[in-house]
Amino acid sequence: MSAEPTLDKAAAPGTGKAARSDLPPAKAIRRAFSSPLASALVIAVTVLWTIPTVGLLVTSLRPKQDVVSSGWWEAFVHPDLGLENYHSVLFDNSFGTSGGLMPYLVNSVAIAIPATVFPLVLAAMAAYVLAWVRFKGSDTLFFVVFALQVVPLQMSLIPLLRLFSTGAHLGSVTLVPALGLKDSYLPVWLTHTMFALPLAIFLLHNFIAQLPRDLMEAAVVDGASHFKIFRSIVLPLSAPALASFAIFQFLWVWNDLLVALTFAGGNPTVAPITSRLAQLSGSDSSHWELLSAGAFLSMIIPLAVFFALQRYFVRGLLAGSVKG
Amino acid sequence: MPTDTRLAGPALHLADSLWQDAAIKFGNTAGAVLGFLGVLLAVFFAAGRATGRFSRPLAVVLMLGPAALLLVVGLVVPLLRTVYLSFYDADAAKFVGGKNYGWAATSSQIHDVLLNTLLWLVVAPVAATGLGLLLAMLVDRMRGQAIYKSLIFMPMAVSLVAASLIFKLLYESRGSGQNQVGLLSQLAVAVGWDDPPNWILSQPLNNFLLMSAMVWVQTGFAMVVLSAAIKAIPDEITEAARLDGATGVRLFLHVTVPMIRTTLVVVLTTIMIITLKAFDIVRTMTGGNFGTQVLANEMYSQSFEQYNTGRGSALAVILFLAVAPLVVYNIALLRKERATR
Repeated sequence: MSAEPTLDKAAAPGTGKAARSDLPPAKAIRRAFSSPLASALVIAVTVLWTIPTVGLLVTSLRPKQDVVSSGWWEAFVHPDLGLENYHSVLFDNSFGTSGGLMPYLVNSVAIAIPATVFPLVLAAMAAYVLAWVRFKGSDTLFFVVFALQVVPLQMSLIPLLRLFSTGAHLGSVTLVPALGLKDSYLPVWLTHTMFALPLAIFLLHNFIAQLPRDLMEAAVVDGASHFKIFRSIVLPLSAPALASFAIFQFLWVWNDLLVALTFAGGNPTVAPITSRLAQLSGSDSSHWELLSAGAFLSMIIPLAVFFALQRYFVRGLLAGSVKG
Repeated sequence: MPTDTRLAGPALHLADSLWQDAAIKFGNTAGAVLGFLGVLLAVFFAAGRATGRFSRPLAVVLMLGPAALLLVVGLVVPLLRTVYLSFYDADAAKFVGGKNYGWAATSSQIHDVLLNTLLWLVVAPVAATGLGLLLAMLVDRMRGQAIYKSLIFMPMAVSLVAASLIFKLLYESRGSGQNQVGLLSQLAVAVGWDDPPNWILSQPLNNFLLMSAMVWVQTGFAMVVLSAAIKAIPDEITEAARLDGATGVRLFLHVTVPMIRTTLVVVLTTIMIITLKAFDIVRTMTGGNFGTQVLANEMYSQSFEQYNTGRGSALAVILFLAVAPLVVYNIALLRKERATR
């Protein structure tokens, strides 16, 4: 990302032009924006951007009576911090739910991992076939998948909910029976998988199509099947693209509310922490010591993933993997 | 697994059962993932032995089939079905023609919703992109830029639900005479406004307060993408412009901005698409009350709270019609940008 060191040498003497200034052009632009004022502005925005999160974190660490009686900034004057709120929000019967938020946090993990693995594997296979196993109509098919990115999630919710709860019928013929999936993660996994596929296939296709042709042809000459090529050549070589997409999908699923609320509601056996927090925000909005702890708990895993793998995350962003 | 020894009696029992519950759920999840991968491996192994003229179609069916099936069941059929349902009544029993669309076009309640949605669509993306561009220009030459970038980018990793709670705490309001616990109210008091309003209830200000949460999340995204685009501008171009006498802000406006115009529009439309579809902020902060309702949340309420599938479907179709051109334009730009790079 940083190109500065080489830029310094770019203004080599002798080109004549560069002699008019000892600064390389990119630096000149930046210099125009550089002043104590500019730095102060960036620092101010950064502080402004960070304060709300700090407020939440500090609130979550203060005892209940302090949270009720004074603002979180008072904690810097009279520090009295502890993890009690986290304990009670996770395990106690506070919030009017038995067992607190712990089951929901578990559900978030149990939803996010399969909902990342399933589309990743299915999309990689599909992308390989569309890129390397040409057949009649494969280009059209790729275009259709590509075009499906246009469909917003909202267009599928009602029909999918009906499919999962009552099955599918054509007249009096039952195509799919009612599956009784109320207490199962399956509807949530499947919905996330379905909606991840268009973008995943598109992005992985872009990457897989650019793998070296010689390598593929050599493998075919050696008599390797498509399955073997996929497993031993395509998957290992696509690791960077797979990693980028996996991080995106994981954060997307973990942070999702729409699918969670529609297919799991507030059911403690399957609902993730986002849907529970959204409900509590309406019904228990006065319990800030618990809400803040709950919100922060929901942020720990995505923040850890984000800070540990930021490089891949940014790479994925620049490749256009933004879902809305 | 850590069990808390401070707990005694029934509480200990409860904690134990929580860990048991977690163990069962993780077991099921691991089983599902391993089962999925195991079946795939078995199929691969078996199908990989096939030779001759069947091997190719077999590979196509087995590797493309699952994804294609899911796309048909999850996207193509529901797409048609939602359009179909939008012409039926609340219980999907009786054909009502364009009545649901007529309701959406004439009801004053939906008018307000559409107006709010339009406001969101313009204000939040423009604010986030503009601020992101400014930061991208400013932060690049600062020492320790990685730290500033990370901190501004961080909200991107947080769910919109958590972001909403963070902002809800910020806007928390208490009656006069009490200690304020929300930072905004406290700041108002500090500058001498003794009785600040309940921010979340103050129309139309509350709409902009809700949008702030979206801007907070998206500014980092705009900054990171635009910063990469600015760094990719060839040196010769800026150098030539400088030799022609362009400096400072003029150089920025007449060289930098035109050079990254495509990226700028991609960022703007991307945030627009996200804004149109997002219902999380409104749902978490106000539930759509106090004049803050937007299209995506109204669609959810009609479908899953009023159980009016006809109206819900019609609103979904309207949302689709609003989003689709943006997505098409966005993708076309993205491809153009790739091609010129």
